[in-house]
Amino acid sequence: MNNEARCVWLYAVTPGGAGPPREAATDEHGVGGGRVRAVRAAGLTAIVGDVREGEFGQAALRRNLEDLDWLERTARAHHAVIEAMAVQGPVVPMRLATVCSSDDSVADTLRQRADDLREALSRITGRREWGAKAYAAAEPADPGAGAAGPPGDQEPAARRPGTAYLQRRRAQLTSRTNARQEAMAGAQAIHAELSRLSVAARLYPPQTPGLAEQPEPMVLNAAYLVADERADQFAAAVNDLTGRHRSVRLGLTGPWPAYSFVGGPDTDKERR
Amino acid sequence: VTELSPVVADQRIALVDLLDRVLAGGVVIAGEVTLSIAEVDLVTVSLRALVTSVSALIDTGEQNR
Repeated sequence: MNNEARCVWLYAVTPGGAGPPREAATDEHGVGGGRVRAVRAAGLTAIVGDVREGEFGQAALRRNLEDLDWLERTARAHHAVIEAMAVQGPVVPMRLATVCSSDDSVADTLRQRADDLREALSRITGRREWGAKAYAAAEPADPGAGAAGPPGDQEPAARRPGTAYLQRRRAQLTSRTNARQEAMAGAQAIHAELSRLSVAARLYPPQTPGLAEQPEPMVLNAAYLVADERADQFAAAVNDLTGRHRSVRLGLTGPWPAYSFVGGPDTDKERR
Repeated sequence: VTELSPVVADQRIALVDLLDRVLAGGVVIAGEVTLSIAEVDLVTVSLRALVTSVSALIDTGEQNR
């Protein structure tokens, strides 16, 4: 094609017999616009694609990862291939920006990490990842004007406007704090219940309000590995929890390829 | 709002949810065979990208007001 140096992008690892995702869906739509293909070794198949070193080599990666548009494009392309693989069978995703120098080094990696990778494959087979996000419910418009004063305070507030203001303000803050505490407690209860229905759970840090496109503070950002036969039960539980915990707004995402549960023992729920 | 049905193919996944997973999940391959950026490094880099870009958006918004 041309003389430009190439390196090899790793998307995922699948069991030995699996091929690259079937045509059209990902052809020419891989990371960097490249075709997706398979590298086989140690009874495993790595799903890979060629990328230009000028864009995906170490120095370029460092620069490009700072660019949110590039990051988004790359993350979506990476995900699209993994998602297409997940439709066909079990798939262990690689972290974004795993780049090898050649097919030989991909094969070496498969051989060196064969035990880990096989273990990860068996952990996620027949299971999918679901995401749950909970936000503190929007604050009540009026935080109870009547209940504002501290108990035993008989002073007519109207005669001391400064005091009345402080009382209102304190009541407002108290109500906000209570709402937040209630939401946190709700999130804990939800997490406990969803963990019970899943094989493993992983907590992510809350997304910052600006990024999460939600004005309310996030109180739960978790991923759950759920057996396929329990998926309906899991969804029903989310529905039920939504009704029971009015202090939070709960949302479900997925199913996802098991990104959150292939990284080793630290993703097990025992380690929380 | 709870979505009980699986995310439909043409519905765009929220970028933040995707970045949580592709940057902090997945198998990490480290070693001389790869050009991959180290775990901590990568997360720092991308978070900086996100924070920078979001604050840039906010700045632009305020200037337009």
